[in-house]
Amino acid sequence: MDLEYTASERAFRDEVRAFVTANLPADLSAKVLEAKRLTRDDFMRWHKILAAKGWVAAGWPQQYGGPGWTPVQQHLFDEECAAAGAPVILPFGVRMVAPVIMAFGSQAQKDYFLPRILSGEDWWCQGYSEPGSGSDLASLKTRAERQGDHYIVNGQKTWNTLGQYADWIFCLVRTATEGRPQEGISFLLIDMKTPGVTVRPIRMLDGEEEINEVWFENVKVPVDQRVGEENKGWTYAKFLLGHERTGIAGVGKSKRELQKLKGIARKERASGRPLIEDARFRDRIAQIEIELLALEVTNLRVLSEEGTRKGPGPEASILKVRGSEIQQSLSELMMQAVGHYGVPYVREALDADYKGETVGGDYAAPLAGVYFNMRKTSIYSGSNEIQKNIISQMVLGL
Amino acid sequence: MDFSLAEERRLLQDSISRYLGREYAFDARRKHAASPEGFSREAWNQFAELGLLGLTISDADGGMGGTPFDTMIVMEAFGRALVVEPYVATVVLGAGILSDAGSPAQKEQWLPAVATGEKLLAFAHSEAAARYDTRHVEARAKKDGAGWKLDGAKAVVLNGGSADALIVSARTSGDAGDERGISLFLVDPKAKGVTVRAYPTQDGSRAADVKLNGVAVGADALIGHADDALPVIERALDRGCAALCAEALGVIDALNAATLEYLKTRKQFGQPIGRFQALQHRMVEMTIRAVEARSMAIVAASGITQTDARERSRLVSAAKAYVGQCSRFVGQQAIQLHGAIGVTDELIVSHWFKRLTMINATFGDADHHLARVSDLMLSERE
Ligand SMILES: Cc1cc2nc3c(=O)[nH]c(=O)nc-3n(C[C@H](O)[C@H](O)[C@H](O)COP(=O)(O)OP(=O)(O)OC[C@H]3O[C@@H](n4cnc5c(N)ncnc54)[C@H](O)[C@@H]3O)c2cc1C
Repeated sequence: MDLEYTASERAFRDEVRAFVTANLPADLSAKVLEAKRLTRDDFMRWHKILAAKGWVAAGWPQQYGGPGWTPVQQHLFDEECAAAGAPVILPFGVRMVAPVIMAFGSQAQKDYFLPRILSGEDWWCQGYSEPGSGSDLASLKTRAERQGDHYIVNGQKTWNTLGQYADWIFCLVRTATEGRPQEGISFLLIDMKTPGVTVRPIRMLDGEEEINEVWFENVKVPVDQRVGEENKGWTYAKFLLGHERTGIAGVGKSKRELQKLKGIARKERASGRPLIEDARFRDRIAQIEIELLALEVTNLRVLSEEGTRKGPGPEASILKVRGSEIQQSLSELMMQAVGHYGVPYVREALDADYKGETVGGDYAAPLAGVYFNMRKTSIYSGSNEIQKNIISQMVLGL
Repeated sequence: MDFSLAEERRLLQDSISRYLGREYAFDARRKHAASPEGFSREAWNQFAELGLLGLTISDADGGMGGTPFDTMIVMEAFGRALVVEPYVATVVLGAGILSDAGSPAQKEQWLPAVATGEKLLAFAHSEAAARYDTRHVEARAKKDGAGWKLDGAKAVVLNGGSADALIVSARTSGDAGDERGISLFLVDPKAKGVTVRAYPTQDGSRAADVKLNGVAVGADALIGHADDALPVIERALDRGCAALCAEALGVIDALNAATLEYLKTRKQFGQPIGRFQALQHRMVEMTIRAVEARSMAIVAASGITQTDARERSRLVSAAKAYVGQCSRFVGQQAIQLHGAIGVTDELIVSHWFKRLTMINATFGDADHHLARVSDLMLSERE
């Protein structure tokens, strides 16, 4: 047992830190640290900086242009990027569709899509959920009918994250209706510019537009944009869901947010004294600090064992449940820290170039919105209830 | 003991529900909230006609002489409908303070006008460095001839942007945390030296930050006695808390009803999601909290009628703390059980959730009121 990082891991951390310090634009990190609104361009700027260095796809094997890092190195990289206030590398291309293409795609798909994902040329989004199919994804209804060398796609997807910016969408579609619902699903790559694709943004409870509805009306998709075999898409989707354990716990980001919370508690005043001197509030912070430490070490245990086990494990579910709960608690406490200054809603203040007067200090404006927004973490990518069902089946055999 | 509603209260409840059901659907509410003032003067006039604005003002001052239980009925219905009109600011806080401590002339000038809906009030007390500490007042009022000169800044004043008069707390003696030395003044928001920065709030209502820069007021602006306003302030805020507990209760019930309905209709895996025991027990917990929250809203309303200020505060804080905890649980679970549709702006569910969150942040959150109950324990006699 050794809880310390090895000398080479520490050296790796230093190298990452030095690079991030030298290359992350200050205005960009300021936006992230202050929870300001990020544009498409903001995500892409950082993506391209990392791409130039060969670091954008931490989990990819070297043959496709990944850096060939161990899971622990990937974690250290995540942590350094998060601490510095780098925007997240959006998972849809790099972490979701790319591994599926690598494992099941044709040579032509690999040759065409993977370099474009690396370079950031294509923005990808995930088209799984439908209005009637959320947790019960296998019940999806969007149909793809074969006509010669094309599919004709009709249906509706929803809750599509940042699809308003996307060039490509990877979709689960129904190609057969007989047999078990899981057996008639195929995995299609669809160009968002194809005629018949319509995107409508959905306003979320925090007032921002981060998710979309996507309609397909007689959309013509070449058969060679199907990944793997027809009707085998469910297998690929499951592969994708269980593939990625690094980063699911969000430890790096939560560590950064914990520091931010402490910073706010030092600045805020209660009865004229720094809020952090209020033992009751400090206990709340300490409690989360302890829970986060437990999550961090659990995460590291899972990562250092990765590779010794194959396929999706219940560990990912444990990390997802606790990771989302901790992110939610942190955002809640941060909003609570500013007391009644969580109440104002100054929408313009979420823009980085807002020059107007702030209400309640420069950090207060986004906090309630972040708390509202964080409710999503226990719903998306498999709700916490579904994760618990997985744990109960796979670990407990119930 | 009698927990049944008196006949007049049932009538009151019916008439409010009928009015809100007819005129205050979610779309109408959205429109009110998005209007320049952030609420509807027309709805406000209707409230006046229904007798809601003078409900707790005495008969002598043009009101109906109602009790905190009447306020509870109103606020519960307002919670369900997500009413954005400045009821707490004007009626519960403003008219409450003037009824308690105003001079006959002040009462005559303001209370009948509040009851008829002509005038709006706001209570400018809290300050940035105070957090929720009611005694922490840094704003100052200095004697200036016969009148006073006010300097200072007030934070998140509910409906401060629409008020015809601000009731401002300021220190006439002592230091920031002292019990004595605080006084209350009626201030015209258009007076020289007053800056009101109004803004929307997260839940679609309005608030304002107020700056006072050498604002001159006459001797007649002082409410009650100089240096001795803390008991008046605490009573007003306790009343505000009790009203918010009732409002939260309305929201909690509405959220539970909507969530229950959703559990029965939303199908996944070939069955209504309400068939999953994991969700059934959650819904049961939410129901238990709603029942308890109702008990605590009653505790708060009855607490207000206590003559012993400490006992009043203890009861109200116990209620605000517990209703806050129940609100947090019910709000978060209601969103969770709705899945992604619950985090959209389209569905009223997310707005109820936001309102509950903001109620908790107003006049002291659950932790603050828990601390207040806990601290009072130290001075209990054996
Ligand atoms: C912000 C956000 C972004 C998203 N981004 C994307 C995206 O980019 N692409 C995409 O395809 N999808 C996306 N989703 C959709 C997400 O995957 C679904 O919301 C999720 O799978 C839940 O489905 P649902 O919302 O339909 O809820 P439902 O499945 O209707 O669930 C409602 C409630 O019932 C519970 N429940 C359901 N079944 C069970 C069960 N068997 N046992 C116990 N409880 C159960 C759920 O946990 C939930 O609490 C996103 C969602 C959100 C909120």
